[in-house]
Order: sequence, then structure tokens, then C-alpha cells
Amino acid sequence: MVASDALLLARAQFGLNIGFHILFPTLTITLAWFLLYFRVRYARSGDAQWLAVYKLWVKVFALTFAMGVVSGITMSFQFGTNWPGYMLKVGAVAGPLLAYEVLTAFFLEATFLGIMLFGMNRVPSSVHIFSATMVAGGTTLSAFWILALNSWMQTPAGFAIDGGQVIAADWLAVIFNPSFPYRFAHMLIASGLTGAFVIIGLSAWRLLRADDDAATKSLRAALIVAAVLAPIQIFVGDSHGLNTLAHQPAKIAGIEAIWKTGKGVPLVLFAIPNPETQTNDYAVEIPKGASWILKHDADAELKGLDAFVPDTPPVAPLFFAFRAMVGLGAAMLAIAWFGGWLVVIRRRKPPRLLLWIFSAFTFAGWGATLCGWLVTEIGRQPWLVTGLLRTADATGKVSEGALGASLTGYVTVYALMFTAYMVVLTHLARKGSQT
Amino acid sequence: MTIDYPLVFCGLMGLAILLYVVLDGYDLGVGMLMPAAAPPEQDVMVASIGPFWDANETWLVLGIGILLVAFPAAHGLILGALYLPVAGMLIGLMLRGVAFEFRIKAEGWHRELWNWLFWFGSFVASFAQGYMLGRTITGFLPGFLPFLFGLLVGASVCGGYVLLGASWLVLRTDGALQRKALAWARWGLLWVGLGVLLVSVATPLASDTVRHKWFDFPRTLALMLLPLASAAAWLLVWRSTRRIERDPGASHALPFAGAVAMFALAFAGLAYSLFPYLVIDQMTIWQAATHPSALRVTFYGAVVVLPFLIAYTVFAYRVFRGKARAGMYEH
Repeated sequence: MVASDALLLARAQFGLNIGFHILFPTLTITLAWFLLYFRVRYARSGDAQWLAVYKLWVKVFALTFAMGVVSGITMSFQFGTNWPGYMLKVGAVAGPLLAYEVLTAFFLEATFLGIMLFGMNRVPSSVHIFSATMVAGGTTLSAFWILALNSWMQTPAGFAIDGGQVIAADWLAVIFNPSFPYRFAHMLIASGLTGAFVIIGLSAWRLLRADDDAATKSLRAALIVAAVLAPIQIFVGDSHGLNTLAHQPAKIAGIEAIWKTGKGVPLVLFAIPNPETQTNDYAVEIPKGASWILKHDADAELKGLDAFVPDTPPVAPLFFAFRAMVGLGAAMLAIAWFGGWLVVIRRRKPPRLLLWIFSAFTFAGWGATLCGWLVTEIGRQPWLVTGLLRTADATGKVSEGALGASLTGYVTVYALMFTAYMVVLTHLARKGSQT
Repeated sequence: MTIDYPLVFCGLMGLAILLYVVLDGYDLGVGMLMPAAAPPEQDVMVASIGPFWDANETWLVLGIGILLVAFPAAHGLILGALYLPVAGMLIGLMLRGVAFEFRIKAEGWHRELWNWLFWFGSFVASFAQGYMLGRTITGFLPGFLPFLFGLLVGASVCGGYVLLGASWLVLRTDGALQRKALAWARWGLLWVGLGVLLVSVATPLASDTVRHKWFDFPRTLALMLLPLASAAAWLLVWRSTRRIERDPGASHALPFAGAVAMFALAFAGLAYSLFPYLVIDQMTIWQAATHPSALRVTFYGAVVVLPFLIAYTVFAYRVFRGKARAGMYEH
């Protein structure tokens, strides 16, 4: 199947928008809970340092939230413009899930956000804390609905067909579809790690410049969260992988670059997958490793991509993005544990080298999240909704010229926004709470 | 009793769009007025809309969300036909949205840049919304005249938003800035009066369907209440701005209330012109509606959530009532 230019442009544009958007909610979900924690610590202790921490991070949060809001508005338009066939075919399932996301979550955040950001001196402390709780709950609820929809597209359940249209037969089965619990947990923990590493990294950036009690407080809180979440994430990620093997075996075959069905399949550590020859060039393998990891039996049979022709995903992006994600995750675990042991348990002042490493890993969570997102979304191809709707069948009639022009516009604006975001973030971190 | 769900969702979508236009309209209007004010005044202007703009834009997501969820066929058709103006509007909204945050934190020429982008984004988003409305009224006809009509509506919507923004500033500021805002409101009023007049004349000429709906005696007589009420609201805004200039103790809320009334009336007129079409002469709300099962489950959610939503919107406006000061809402 040769993909048309319009399809590729539509995918590039949607992928760019959603990939850009995903960065900010990933961060705000966790920052909102951290802020609530800082706010409650201040209310309980009256310690001005906790207030300083809160006030610094609320600035980062406001900025990140604004980036998420404006890039999120784009999504509500592009669902229909780039993929009209999607709503026509599965809109009766996808529509209400999106509607519930907007109704219950988005509004909770946006309305209480005003009070949380600007109302600290205008409302009683309890109302302010309540608003911060609603914002944090709203961001998490938002993720619940979106992940329910995304998981349903990966592993559809609870539906019926009515005259060519897919409708919901059992809403609980739709929401709690087979991959949802795993994907939701994996994503929330990813958000937790992303947020914790941003706080660790930016606090370290501040500590490299000055001794700052407030930055030490936020560093310690975030290190504890990261050290606890990192191993849990590895366990959840593994379970998610086994779940994918059961429901989307073609995705696993792509991730592990298994071209041919066989027994005692080796685990490919590194290779350059070659779609021409359907083999791996320069492969470094552990014999029988994949069978053992995925089936816990060295001689078990694993389905290769040849079992799913013609509905196979591209191998190279899955293979590399997955390895990048796992590598980043392992590095984050090592840093969180070593840092946690030194700074939290032994109560040492972190050495400068460690602070530099913390700073270098500030956005490691974003990297890992984006890689994981690429794996799960590209791994679904050529399906938009597994088994029900192909991506190619959902495209609209927007011309290549209009797609190209608007794509150029989006890229330019995103680049500008992202640069400014980074400049402000590093500026805030350098000054710390001394503003 | 069976509920006509497409009709209910059409009403909800109309409500969301009207609320969006009024709420984001005033903050877009304030954005467009920025270059007319001195730098210290600009900070007060931004402070007056700071706590609200986020939630205001959420009404757009709700309105477009209902279109997507309840009327998916129309969503693809309308937004596909409006692809480039939609992209322009989104880019405008993005630029001004983040400019709120960046202009406070930036210094020197960076700050100038974000001030300029704040104005530019507000203008592009407003104009694009008006242009889209114009294209929708003419059913996306190709050709030069419909295009010109789109530009005309675009300019009128900008005027309307300037009026909303200026009367919002009358309500939320005082002193020299408020006096400037009174003058801006009257400029906006002239502009929007001209725009509404031209659009009212052009719309029946552009569409047979619309002409038949309005010029069908004796219904026309009852319908004439709409333009009469609009004219009364127009006069109310004009006179109330004059009164505040003479007597600072006069109600500061009247100009804004009058401007909102004008928007509501214009909206009612447009809704009457288009209903029951979502795409004029091509697709009605019943043809565009999604599967009834999806409408029903979304309806339950909306019925439970909307009252809360409106209640805490009112609460947020109460918390932030009163006159704005520069830097008041910098976190």
C-alpha cells in the first residue's frame, strides 16, 4: 500500500500537534499534585520556605498549563478536519469519551485554575487549597478519559455495529477495555517521573548557583517521588508489554524486530532492521531471549511480522524508540536511587557533579514519554482503531497545499513558543524563589 | 416523552458559542486595544483579563466539541471548508495565550515582542472568527463576492470585540484608562453599528433561504423586534458612556451589559437565519447528528455537569470582582 502525500501530511501535522501537546499535560498532571503538596505543607507549618517553593513552581505550572491549553484547543479542531472518517465510523464511541473529558475535567481545571493562580490573597486558605485539589484532580481525570479513548482505539471492546457505524454496547467495557488499566497506570507514572525529574533538574540548576533552602526542599521531595516511581514503572511497563503481546502481537513483533514466526526466538539487543530483506543487519542478539522474556519459556513460539501481513507496522521506528525509552528509564532509575540514597537517606549536600547530572536529565521524562508514545501509536498502524478502521480510510479532503501551508505555520509557531518556554524556564530556575 | 437530542445539542452548542463569543470576545477586544494604551495602562488591561481568559477559551472547546461529538458529519464539512482560517485562528489564539505568560516574565525587547504578538494574535484570532462566520452564512460559496463578504464580517467581529473589550475596561478600571476606554467603546460602537447594518443587508441578498425567512409577511413584523431591540441596546451603550463621563458615579456596568445584549441579539438573528441548517441549504442538524445512543449518554453527562460549571464560573467572577490594578494577578 502506497500512502498518499495528503495522508502523510495529515499524519505529520496531527502527530506534530499531539506530540507537542502531550509534553505539557504530562508535566502539569504531576506538577499540580506537587503544588498541592507544597501548598499544604505551607498551610500546616507556616514555613515561608514552603511558600517560596510553592510560588516558584506555580509560575512554572502556569506557563506549562498555558502551553497545554493553547496546543490542546488545536486538537479539538483537527480530529474532524484531519480524520473526518474517524468520527463518522467510531464517533458514537469516541465522541462521548471526548465530551466527558471536556465536561468533567477541562472545566474543572480551567475554572479553578484562575482561583488557584491568582486568588491566594482573595479567598480563605481552605478555598485556595480546595481549588488546588480540583485542579490536580481535573488534570488526572483528563488523563483518565483520554487514555480510555486511546486504549479503546488500541484494543476495542464493548462495541456493536449498527449499519456500518460502531456504537457502544457496554460503556464499562468500552472504558475499561483490555489495555486501559495498564496504559493508564504507565502514563500516570510516566507523568510522575517526568514532573519529578523536571523539579530535580531545575532545583539542581538553582543549587549550582547558590545555596537555597527552598530549592533543597523541592529537590528532596522530587527525589523521593522519582526513587519510588522508577522501579514501579519498570514493573508496570513489563505488564503493559505482556498485555500488548496478548492483544496486539504485531506491535510486539515490530518492537522486537521479529520478522519470522518461530520457536526459541532471540532477543535483539541492537540491529538495523531492514524492511527490504525482512531481516536485521548488524544484529547483536541473546539466543532465545525474546521467547524467554515474553513467554517465560526459552523454546516458546512467537509470532513474527510475517503472520500479520499486510497489516504490519513499520519496524525501525518501533525498534529504536522502544530501546531509547527503556534506556532512558534505566538511567532515570539509577540517578533517582543514587541521588535519593545520597541526598535523602544520608542527608548529604549533593556534589556539583551530581547536580550537573540532575540538570542534564531535567527533560529525560519528556524524551521517554515521547518515545513510548511513538511506540504505541506507530505500533497500532496501519490501524487507526485496531481491526475496525484503517488510518488511510479516515482521511479528509483537505488539499495538500492547505495541509502544507498550515503545517509550516504550526511548526514556526511551536518553535517560537518552545524556545520562549525554555528561556523562561531556565531563567526562573536560575533566579530560584528569590524574586 | 422522547427527547429530540439533535435539537437539544444544537441549543447547547449555541449557548456555548454565544458564551464563548461574549467571554473571549471581551478579552480578545482588550488584546486588540493594547497598542492604543500607554505601557503602564497595558499592565492594568492584562491584569483585568488575566484570571479569566483560560476558562473563557474553554467555551470554544466545548462549542467545537459538541459540534464534533454530536454532529460529526458537519464538523468535518464545516471545518474542512474553513481549514486555513481555522489554522489562522488557532495560531492567533496560541500566540496570545502564551503571550500572557511570557510578557510578564520577559524583559527589554523580548517584552516588546510579546506585547506585539499579544496584539497580533488577538487581532488574527478575532478576524479569522468573523471571516469564518461570513463563510458559514454564505454556505462556503466560492468566488470573489462571498470572499469579500467574509472580510466584511471579519472586520465587523473585530469591531464588536473592541466594543466588548472597551466596555469591559470601563467596568474593571478607573481614572485615565477608564476615560480612554469610554472613547474606545464609542469607536467600537460606530464600527459595529456599520458592520451589523451591512451584514443585515448583505445576508438576505447572499442567500435565498435567509431572505424567505425574514421577508414573509406578517412574520416580518414580529421579527422586526430584533433590529429594534438592537438599536435600543446600541443607544443605551452610547448614552451610558456619555453619562459616565459627566457623572463618574453612574453605573459602570451598563455599557458592558448593553454590548452583551447587542451580541445576544445579533446571535439570535443569525441563529434564526441558519436554523435548522448547520451548513446552509446542505445539512440540517438531524442529518448531521451522530448515533442516538451516543447523544443520549453525552446528554446525561452534560445535564449533570453544566449547572456546576456555570455555578463555579459565577463564583470565579465573584472572587475577582472589582477594579483591576497593574501586577495584581502576577503570580
